[in-house]
Amino acid sequence: MPELLIQLAIILVKVVALTFVVVLPLVPVSVYFERRFSAVIQDRVGPNRVGIPLSLLGFKKDFHFFGLVQPVADGLKLFLKEDFTPAHVRTAFYWMAPALTVIPALITVCVVPFGSPITIFGHTEKLVIADLDVGPLFVFAVSSLSVYGITLAGWSSNSKFPFIGGVRSTAQMISYEISLGLSIIPVLLYFGELNLGRIVQHQAENGWLLLPFWKNGQISLPDMQTALFWIPAFISFIIFTISIFAETNRMPFDLPECETELVGGYHTEYSSMKFALFFMGEYAAMVIGSALIITLFLGGWSVGFGADKFINDLKIGEFQIGGLIHLGVFVAKLVAFILFFILVRWTVPRFRYDQLMKLGWVIFFEAALINVFLAALIIAAPELTAAIIGTGAVLLVALTGAVIWVAKVSEERPKPLRL
Amino acid sequence: MPSYLFWLFSTIMLIGGCAVIAFRNPVSSAMSVVTCFVGLAGLFIGLSAFFVGVIQILVYTGAVMVLFLFIIMLLDLTDEQKRAKGFAPLAAGLSLVIAFLVQLIGILSNTPDKVAPPLDAATLAGAATHFSQGGIATALKDGRLPDVQLIGQTLFTGYNLPLQILGVLLLVATVGVVALSKKQAE
Repeated sequence: MPELLIQLAIILVKVVALTFVVVLPLVPVSVYFERRFSAVIQDRVGPNRVGIPLSLLGFKKDFHFFGLVQPVADGLKLFLKEDFTPAHVRTAFYWMAPALTVIPALITVCVVPFGSPITIFGHTEKLVIADLDVGPLFVFAVSSLSVYGITLAGWSSNSKFPFIGGVRSTAQMISYEISLGLSIIPVLLYFGELNLGRIVQHQAENGWLLLPFWKNGQISLPDMQTALFWIPAFISFIIFTISIFAETNRMPFDLPECETELVGGYHTEYSSMKFALFFMGEYAAMVIGSALIITLFLGGWSVGFGADKFINDLKIGEFQIGGLIHLGVFVAKLVAFILFFILVRWTVPRFRYDQLMKLGWVIFFEAALINVFLAALIIAAPELTAAIIGTGAVLLVALTGAVIWVAKVSEERPKPLRL
Repeated sequence: MPSYLFWLFSTIMLIGGCAVIAFRNPVSSAMSVVTCFVGLAGLFIGLSAFFVGVIQILVYTGAVMVLFLFIIMLLDLTDEQKRAKGFAPLAAGLSLVIAFLVQLIGILSNTPDKVAPPLDAATLAGAATHFSQGGIATALKDGRLPDVQLIGQTLFTGYNLPLQILGVLLLVATVGVVALSKKQAE
C-alpha cells in the first residue's frame, strides 16, 4: 500500500508541477508578451507601469519590473467584473462551453516530455505526466474536443454573430485537422515511433529533425538519406505549424472571432471569467501547439550538438538533475516559439474565409499527401532497386503535376454558389 | 484494468446512452452521444488498446459527432422537441433492442469461457518469438505492448488487399459527394 501511495504522490506532484507551475503561468506571460511585442512592432511602449505598488506601503518608489505584474492585474480585472448571463441564452450549454475549451487544452499537457529523466534518491522519474505510446494521436484526439466548447458557445448564445462564429470555427477546425494529421505522417514514418519521449531522446542523440548535424552524440554531416529527408521534414514543419495556427484560431486565421465582421465571434455574449476562460483556452492551445512543434521537429528538451549526454549525467551529490536543465531549455524554446506566434499575429493580415478554406483543402491537404509519398520513397529507398526508385520518382512528379493542374483548373472558373 | 475504472467508464457510457433518448433537444442528445463515446474510449484504453481508444475519440468524437452537431445546429430542428406520437416508432425501437439482446445472448452462450493471459512481461516476451526482428519484437521484449505497430503490421500484411479496396471505396464516395454538391450548386 505505501508503494501505491508514493506512486500516487509522484503522479500528483508531476501533474501539479508540470501543468500549474510550468504551463499555466505561460498563459498570462504570453498575454504580457503579446501586448509588449505588439507595442514594439507598432512603435508604441505598451504596458510597462503595473508593478508592485510599494509606495502604498510607505516606500519611496514603486517597483515596476517592465510591467511584468500586468498579467496579474488583467486577471484580477476579469475576475472582479460582473458575470452577466444574458436572458436569451441556453443556460446549461452556455455555462459548459468555456470549460470545454480550456480543459482539453490542459489535458494534452500530460503527454509532452518536459525534460530528460531525473534521478532523486535512486529513483528515476521521467519528466512527463503520462508516458503514452500514442502521444501525438492523443494530443490530436483531445484537442479536437475543444471545438465543442467553441461550437456550443456560439450556439448556446442564441444570437446571430456568435452563431456564425461557432459555425466558422467548426468548419475551420475540422478542415485543418486533416492537414494537421497528414502532415506529421512523414515524421512518424521517420521515427517509427509514437512515443513523444522516445522521439525526443532519438533527436537528442541523432540530430533534430530540422537540424540533423550530429549522430550518436558526435557532430558530423548527415548521411545521404537523412539529408534528403530534410526536404519532406521541412514541408511537414511548414504545414504543421500553419495548421496549428488555424487550429488554435490565432491570427491570421482568427475568423471565428473576427471583430470586423462578427463583433466578437463566439464569445460575444460572454463576460468576466467566462470570457477569460475562452481567452485562456486559446493561449493554452497555443502553448501546447508550440510544445508539440518543438517536440516533433526541434528536438524537444534537447540542447543538441551532442551536449545532452553530458547534461544528463550532471550530478549534485546523489541527485541527477540534468533533467531540470533540460526543462529550462524546453521552456526557453517554448517562449521563443510563442514569440514567433505573436510576431506572425502582428505582421500577417487576416485571411478571408474562402481563402482560408482553399488554403486548407486545396493546398495543404494535397501537399501533405504528396509529402507522405515523398517521405516514404526516401525512407524505403535503401531497400529498393534503382529502377523502382526511378519509377516512384517519376510517378511522384506526375502526381504532383496532376494535382497542381487540377487545382489550377478548379481555380479558373469559380462558380458562384447561388442560394 | 482495475474494476473500479471499468465500472466508472461503463456508468459514464450507460448514462450517456440513456441520455441520448431521454433528452428532447437534439443538441443535448448529440452531446450525450459524445459522453458515451468518451466512456467507450476509456474502456478501450483500460483494456490496453490505446490506439483504438484514441482513434475512437479522434474519429467519432472529434470529427463525426462535430459534423452531426454542425448539421443539427444549421437545420435548427424544432419538430424533434415535441413528444413522439404513435405506437409504431416505439414498437420498432423495442423490437430492434430485443433482436440485439437475443443475438448477444446467443453469441455469448456459445463462446467458451476463456480467460485471456495477463499482459505481463512474460506473456509479451513469449509473443515476441512470433516476430523475427524490428520494432515490434524489441518493444515486446521490453515488456511494452506496441499496439499501434501490431495493428499496422496486421493491416498491411494480412489484410492489405481489403484495406486498399476500402480506400478506393472511400475515394469513390468522396468524389461522389463532391460531384453531387457541385451539381446542386449549379
